[in-house]
Amino acid sequence: MTEPPATTPDPHPVDQPHVHGASVELRSVTKHYEAGERGPGAVNDLSMRVPAGRICVLVGPSGCGKTTTLKMVNRLIEPTSGRILVDDRDIASQDPIALRRGIGYVIQQVGLFPHQTIGQNVAIVPSLLGWETARRVARVDELLELVGLDPARYRDRYPSQLSGGERQRVGVARALAADPPLMLMDEPFGAVDPIVRERLQEELLRLQARMTRTILFVTHDIDEALRLGDLVAVFQAGGVLAQLDTPQAILAAPASEFVARFVGADRGLKRLSLTRVRDLEPSPVPTATVGEPAAAGHARLAVATPGIPAGWLLLVDAAQRPLGWVPSARIPTEGVLGATLAEPTGAILTPWMSLRDALSVMLDAEVVTGVVVDAEGLVQGALTIDRLADTLRA
Amino acid sequence: MTDRPVIDWRWIGSHLDDLWDLTVEHIVLTVIAVGVGFVLSFGLALVILRWRPAYGPITAIAGIMYTIPSLALFALLVPITGLSTLTAEIALVSYTLLILVRTIVIGVDGVPVDAREAADGMGFTSRGRLLRVELPLALPVIVAGLRIATVTTIGLVTVSALIGQGGLGRLINDGLQRGFPTMTITGAVMSVLLAIVADVLFVLTLRRLTPWQHVRRSDP
Amino acid sequence: MIEGILTDLAAVMTWFGDPVNWTGRDGIPNRLTEHIVMCLLSMVGALVVAVPIGLYIGHTGRFATVTVNIVNIGRAVPSYALMAVLYPLSIAFVVMGPGADIAFLATFLAMVLLAIPPIVTNTWAGIRGVDDDLREAARGMGMRGHEVLRGLEIPLALPVLLVGVRIATVQVIATATLGAVFGGGGLGRYIVQGFARQDDARLWAGAIMVAALAILAEVGFGWWIRRVDRHAIVTRR
Repeated sequence: MTEPPATTPDPHPVDQPHVHGASVELRSVTKHYEAGERGPGAVNDLSMRVPAGRICVLVGPSGCGKTTTLKMVNRLIEPTSGRILVDDRDIASQDPIALRRGIGYVIQQVGLFPHQTIGQNVAIVPSLLGWETARRVARVDELLELVGLDPARYRDRYPSQLSGGERQRVGVARALAADPPLMLMDEPFGAVDPIVRERLQEELLRLQARMTRTILFVTHDIDEALRLGDLVAVFQAGGVLAQLDTPQAILAAPASEFVARFVGADRGLKRLSLTRVRDLEPSPVPTATVGEPAAAGHARLAVATPGIPAGWLLLVDAAQRPLGWVPSARIPTEGVLGATLAEPTGAILTPWMSLRDALSVMLDAEVVTGVVVDAEGLVQGALTIDRLADTLRA
Repeated sequence: MTDRPVIDWRWIGSHLDDLWDLTVEHIVLTVIAVGVGFVLSFGLALVILRWRPAYGPITAIAGIMYTIPSLALFALLVPITGLSTLTAEIALVSYTLLILVRTIVIGVDGVPVDAREAADGMGFTSRGRLLRVELPLALPVIVAGLRIATVTTIGLVTVSALIGQGGLGRLINDGLQRGFPTMTITGAVMSVLLAIVADVLFVLTLRRLTPWQHVRRSDP
Repeated sequence: MIEGILTDLAAVMTWFGDPVNWTGRDGIPNRLTEHIVMCLLSMVGALVVAVPIGLYIGHTGRFATVTVNIVNIGRAVPSYALMAVLYPLSIAFVVMGPGADIAFLATFLAMVLLAIPPIVTNTWAGIRGVDDDLREAARGMGMRGHEVLRGLEIPLALPVLLVGVRIATVQVIATATLGAVFGGGGLGRYIVQGFARQDDARLWAGAIMVAALAILAEVGFGWWIRRVDRHAIVTRR
């Protein structure tokens, strides 16, 4: 079952130079707990595959088996039946200790050793692997730098001297220490406040962009799942996989009533926040440059403009930057088009803006059409509120 | 060496009355010591609860008394109070103080803040709060302290045989002096049994006082 | 009353100042050494037995309830009674190998048994007190059982373990005096002799030295525990 890289359809092709990840595959994995045995939730005949270098978020209500699934991958929990393959190798035949040392592991409570300094904590796995001191020290500094903590300031502190967010960063650095191709993260940001959580999520995406690896991420927060996941696996009670797909696909077409309810009634809005302006083709818009003859303006308005309201001309400057809209009634019958004719528009949409933000900008400006500009601010076209609504219906 | 066996069962059989009397004496010495010790400790603990700076000095003094070897304390008191029950009790009481004062204070300190606030919110006076909220909640800890104090005292009573008291400890001493191991071993074994019985009784009492700690949680 | 105490105090000072009490078998250096050696040997004996037991039941969770219950009953055994039992038994035992110090043997065994319960329970409690999340993090990083024990559980349990050793040491120092009743050495000799000879100064001197030794141990351990405890989260007393 090796993955033919060229043919696998992929939501976000990874174009980073060094993909450093391990694929994870579960085949009919089942975990039942014996009477009296305590565990985080059963798993029932679970099959799924996460391609190398992707973030796959396991999400679902508590007791749905997502944590059990995660812990079966580093063999903290052994499955009752089924097979798990990491990089196409069955983990059941591997030494669990060696397996775990090759997989990064981050938990909600972080689990920093309180009697060891930050530096010592980050160096735990390298020490277990017998790295020499110089290499360990260098690696600790490199990692602290990577997660945004000044090594000189933090290296010799103790965990009790750090804030929750800082500790969580150290936890990530510790999991990255031996450069594992696979990371398991069990609600890593569950215990920090929303503002810090958002920043940590952003940093995780930034890290992932710099050095791609496979990440299995457990959360019960659907927004976090949609935000971080290349793939989202929605679990339902009893350890059943309800749907595994890209966030867009899950929002667009929930596989079941359960998934639809779990992603929430506002999934339309959620989809808007997942799609960006650059993902839509802007409608062509009739434009005229300041100083052009008024007749030219009339001529352009005579042509039908599908996708945007008729009777409006967009006035731009010589560099093609938008100045504002001119209604056909205000276009003089002769002379040239002056800059003063334009009614300035507040609805300027940038390519990286999410559709949700675009909608908000348009509603604030009390217009139905937004002007799309590129990174330099040059007009690309326009989007109407109707177009946004259409993408939701698609 | 004699050729008598280490344990002479016939001697035991013919002295059951004496064994009973000595056991009762042992229990009486213990109960008086723990009872008086508890009353004194309770008073000292109240002082500490009212005026916290007293905690350090009171426990320091009780701690020093605790480190004086029992043998020495008994012996030192003899010139003052003679070879009397009073001598034994003074020493025995003094050994209970450290354990009891500490556990009463720790027990009351351990009462959850919200229980305390709820009591204040309902308008208890500080005395009412102590009597009706804090002490009942601290009871398990206090009883645990009484358990340690009682078991320790049962052991120390045997030592007071050296000043002519001692309950079952007398058997130990007499046996040693006469070179008659049966008496020594009988006295020792019975005092050990007495301590174990007391310990078990306290465990059972504690269990009844804290039913919530022994309820088996049903799995979800 | 106060005059009496002052007289006694003066007598004790004189006793300490008397060169006779500083030499020979009954001299302070010898008796103090005997006492300390007895306590050290008993503590080493108790640690050798109790720490592995506590670590085992703490790390594995196996036999913990049974062991702790047995050990707690052991706490109820009075040392004096124990020595009294061990003494005649030791006689029976030593008949085969003459020349052994019977009182020493009985005291040693009684002291080892006295010290075991607090060390076992505190070692166990210390290990149990380690947060399960930390254990899980350790296992998840690929630490083996003994690596978790050495690298995580023992360092974090150390303060609680040492509290147990402190309790045991103070008790052993004070209780080892009883060995003198059975003819053993140590500072208890002064107390037994003082009582027998009605020599209050000697009695006081013995008691003061034992108490001072016990307080020294208490304070010393307190200092050590505070040092070790600085970064450990869990501390139980």
